[in-house]
Amino acid sequence: MWTWFYRLSSPPYVYRTAAACMPWLLGGAALAIAYGVVDGLAFAPPDYQQGDAFRIIYVHAPSAWLSLFAYMTMAVAGGIGLIWRIKMGHAVAAASAPIGASFTLAALVTGSLWGRPMWGTYWAWDPRLTSELILLFLYVGVMALRSAFDDPNRGDRAAALLAVVGMVNVPIIHFSVVWWNSLHQGATVAKLGKPEMPGSMLWPLLAMLFGFMLFYGAVLCIRLRGEVLNRERQSAWVREAIGS
Amino acid sequence: MNSGSFWAMGGYARFVWPCFAFVGAVLAWNLWSAWNLVGAARVRAARAFAMAAHDNS
Repeated sequence: MWTWFYRLSSPPYVYRTAAACMPWLLGGAALAIAYGVVDGLAFAPPDYQQGDAFRIIYVHAPSAWLSLFAYMTMAVAGGIGLIWRIKMGHAVAAASAPIGASFTLAALVTGSLWGRPMWGTYWAWDPRLTSELILLFLYVGVMALRSAFDDPNRGDRAAALLAVVGMVNVPIIHFSVVWWNSLHQGATVAKLGKPEMPGSMLWPLLAMLFGFMLFYGAVLCIRLRGEVLNRERQSAWVREAIGS
Repeated sequence: MNSGSFWAMGGYARFVWPCFAFVGAVLAWNLWSAWNLVGAARVRAARAFAMAAHDNS
């Protein structure tokens, strides 16, 4: 039952699997994002309150969702590296961090641009916005901590520990709109039983969410290959893999 | 919807288009930096093997 898990700890297997999966993930992402952008910008009806400004949701919500998903991936992979001492866990965590940080920044920038016409301000110290900003600082902290050690193994362990501790921020971000009074709107898509959007607005959003997830998978595969090469560059299999 | 009203985005163009442009740039940066990481790692590995071969000879 655990064979697949142990195979994931083999660097050559991870390197080859990532190379095989990447084109499919990237192709699927391109199709889903292209459909989501065209349908969301040109065919979805304007919102009855927000007008066409609501279309920012098609890039804001997937970016915000991905910022949390990438963090959870990073923390779980780092935790696996810490507990089972699987080096590939640390490699996945290292590959996930810059992707997640960039999408956290995207969520903050697009949210700020959406907030100006809707709330009258680019920024407010609102629970959702503040906790998302803390997420960006956590990403930066994890990346800085990893590169702060001369010994890469110690850097991996320290970064993984910070990532695992920082997991406490993930439910705070998700439930901030429920636990506190917030300018930010509540969940719309997460209510799968009764989403608060009509299908004409919801389908392009779901396509964008799906497309961003596939894109994350594709970039993670590419970055993972780089991380594996960096960590295994003394190994004989790397010589064959790069044809040196 | 005609072309003019599409680009105007109901008066919200200066908020909507920068959001899409920024996220497009983030997507492009992610791909570029990931390929760059792999390229640099391959060069580093090749250099390490070349140095090892030189030391052995």
